Amino acid sequence: MNAYYFTEDHELFRESLRAFLQKEVVPYIDQWEEERRTPREIWKKMGDMGFLGLSYPQAYGGSDLDFFYDVVFNEEICKVGSGGFCITQQVVQYMSGPYILKFASEFLKQKYLPGIISGELISSIAITEPGAGSDAQNIQTKAIKNGDHYIVNGAKTFITNGVYGDFIVTVVKTDPSAGAAGVSLLVIEQAMEGVSTRKLKKLGWHASDTAEINFDNVKVPVENLIGEEGRGFYYLMQGLQLERLCAVPGAVSAMEHAIAQSLQYMSERHAFGRPINKFQVLRHRIAQLASEVECLKAFSYQCCKMYGDQIYDVKLCSMAKLLATELTEKVATQCLQFYGGYGFMEDYPMARMYRDVRVGTIGGGSSEIMREIIAKIVIDDVNYNAETTSTSIVDRSKHTPPSEQPSSDNLIEQVNSKALGAQPIGNTLKFDFGNEQIYIDGTGSTNVVSGENKAADCVINISQQDLVNLMSGSLNPMGAVMSGKIKIDGDMSVAMKLQNLFT
Amino acid sequence: MNHSVYNEDHRLFRQSFRDFLSQEIQPHIDKYEAQGKVPRSVYERFGEMGYLGLGYAEAYGGMDLDIWYNVIMAEEMNRLNSGGFAAAIGAHSGLALAHINGAGNKNQKEKYLRQGIKGQLIGCLAISEPDGGSDVQALRTTAIQDSDHYIINGSKTFITNGVNSDFIVAAVKTKPLAKSHGISMIIIDRDTPGVTATHLNKLGWRASDTGEISFQDVRVPISQLLGIEGQGFLYIMQHFVTERLAMAVNGYALSEYALEVTLQYMSERKAFGRSINKFQVLRHRIAQMAAEIEMNKSFVYSLYRRYQEGAYLVKEASMAKLLATQLSDKVTTQCLQMFGGYGFMEDYPLARMYRDTRIGQIGGGTSEILCEIISKIMIDGANYNTTK
Repeated sequence: MNAYYFTEDHELFRESLRAFLQKEVVPYIDQWEEERRTPREIWKKMGDMGFLGLSYPQAYGGSDLDFFYDVVFNEEICKVGSGGFCITQQVVQYMSGPYILKFASEFLKQKYLPGIISGELISSIAITEPGAGSDAQNIQTKAIKNGDHYIVNGAKTFITNGVYGDFIVTVVKTDPSAGAAGVSLLVIEQAMEGVSTRKLKKLGWHASDTAEINFDNVKVPVENLIGEEGRGFYYLMQGLQLERLCAVPGAVSAMEHAIAQSLQYMSERHAFGRPINKFQVLRHRIAQLASEVECLKAFSYQCCKMYGDQIYDVKLCSMAKLLATELTEKVATQCLQFYGGYGFMEDYPMARMYRDVRVGTIGGGSSEIMREIIAKIVIDDVNYNAETTSTSIVDRSKHTPPSEQPSSDNLIEQVNSKALGAQPIGNTLKFDFGNEQIYIDGTGSTNVVSGENKAADCVINISQQDLVNLMSGSLNPMGAVMSGKIKIDGDMSVAMKLQNLFT
Repeated sequence: MNHSVYNEDHRLFRQSFRDFLSQEIQPHIDKYEAQGKVPRSVYERFGEMGYLGLGYAEAYGGMDLDIWYNVIMAEEMNRLNSGGFAAAIGAHSGLALAHINGAGNKNQKEKYLRQGIKGQLIGCLAISEPDGGSDVQALRTTAIQDSDHYIINGSKTFITNGVNSDFIVAAVKTKPLAKSHGISMIIIDRDTPGVTATHLNKLGWRASDTGEISFQDVRVPISQLLGIEGQGFLYIMQHFVTERLAMAVNGYALSEYALEVTLQYMSERKAFGRSINKFQVLRHRIAQMAAEIEMNKSFVYSLYRRYQEGAYLVKEASMAKLLATQLSDKVTTQCLQMFGGYGFMEDYPLARMYRDTRIGQIGGGTSEILCEIISKIMIDGANYNTTK
């Protein structure tokens, strides 16, 4: 399986990262767990080694590598056996940094990205509030514009890196009276006046700091707004996919590691005169667990491959997160059992794993929320997929070969072949490319396609390339509308039929 | 989806095969289920359409297509909702013919493979015995050489197509005292004197005939030996990977189809004033199953991709079959529940699915045997690699 996804370069990277972790991290993990924090010096060391910002652009100090370097990164850090250590940097690289990379102004990118890539800055993402977790539309933290500042008031909780971090990508309501449309993202520095934090005690993830954060009349310059006002919810919907997906390869690798450790222990531990790995019931339990992990791994890699190719599938990411976190709990519970009483002792690895995995089915969208999302997709045919090109952690636009501008004659032919096979739409519809157009008359028994410029019930403003992408299925019509790639004038219900026309 | 393992030709094949099944087979499925067998004319029709020889060489009338066509065929057959029908076709083209294609000589292929691909000769594969199922090494049917013949004695059971097939590809002991290296594969024509078969009644897979076959002093020319004497165990092990992957396809494909018909039913059925697909507890159950099916399918596809590249997959194919058949048991049970009382009625599709899925964890290596194989590889470092 590995050869399909990983090149020799990936494996060399894996080797060097693994050696680094063995030398610089593993010996200190117990201490960091005890101290309830991971010291920031380790991130600076990793930054110096080039282990951070793997797929961030070189312009900000990143390495501009493909997504499977991130997969390797997550697989390796999750094998050191400390969920708290892993989450501290995952939050920076995959859960908060990408909002700045993908949506923020050049000013903010220049200000913050080089620091999180060099390991000198630690960031956090603050969505959850004491009164609202998964229901992000109903957050209460307000950011009211006052001249060239926002005045922020409210509270956030369960924020990883919220105590010792440098800045917080904060989800706020810039329009408190609106629902999702009032949500915006704001960069708030921990050092700003009015920001106070309280460190929370946790069941697991002991090497990470987790905070409740209060904002009391915090003055935040307007240039700290990420992207546009009111677009925050939309940014979150994209960013959360990466947050969910990036938990999966690490979980798989942690489970593989737990099984390997258990097998080692079972070969050494004797009971009733033989090693316990000779007992059939334990052997079959290993076989079952290993099968489930192997199966999840194939799925995980498939999802990561799609993500790396900028195919962004809410259903698959949600499924992968659900299955991975639930399986991790099962594996941790059953592997601990193999160790008997030693499993309960802190000198053996399973006790910490057992603690650390418990948050998996809660954070980043609980299992219940994952099932809500999946149910809406498979039962109600809700489509959450946003347009596909701006979702990578990296802007890969320079990697995509310039596609030939399709001629409109050729396009009419393509549209015609699709439209003929579909039900007549019952109205008239025009694709407007600016200087050229395609007109579909679906009022008769078939859809008649031409290049005429006539008034239509519904006019869709779109580029020729996007129409090609729409027809090939690489651009999702609902996502394209949501993201503003295509604009619709006239009868919206006609536009809703696009999906039927092109699938 | 851009990341599909299928290309345009695969998609066209799927569509045409689906159309064929819905026009020519689906209307008769209930009849085949009631009769307990698939008529010979159906094999001939499959043969005419080329469906029995998708992956076999053109030289023997096959289509020489890649492995994904077989996957598509297996997936689509699940939409007929008759595990027995799929088994009857599969035992012939995927088991009996596969052994002849793998180890047969030119003469054997000319006769059995060519005729088999046309659907004019029907085969079965006979390994299990009344006293030995998964423990293949211990099988007791003997084939003792007597100049230019073997004399075969013993019996085989749970053999799909065991009653109605024309030839039997049987595992026999040519060296009764030896264990695995005493096993050979041999082709026995149905009309050879001394071959008798009885029909077995089954919980599910009712459209297929399943037989117990007896051999009493059956004289078979030594030219009927498949491949090399004493290599039978190796051949069986090689084909197990293919068979287990195919059964894994059945596992997720049956689950997928069960979920599809269940979602349809739930959108129509109302309770307490709304469609039952609005009840959260049922929705989450659907979501969980959908996720597990999607993952399972992804796993099986990843293995077929490696299979195509010639990878050694004994462990992974065992894992895939283990999980996929566990999954279809779970999914059919839970989907039947969604239908309430109708789930228990033969007029609705889940009753048959519930029966048919149950053999998955038994045939082709039980779940317990699969766990044995996986744990031997993982814990004891066993190696079943038979490729040179």
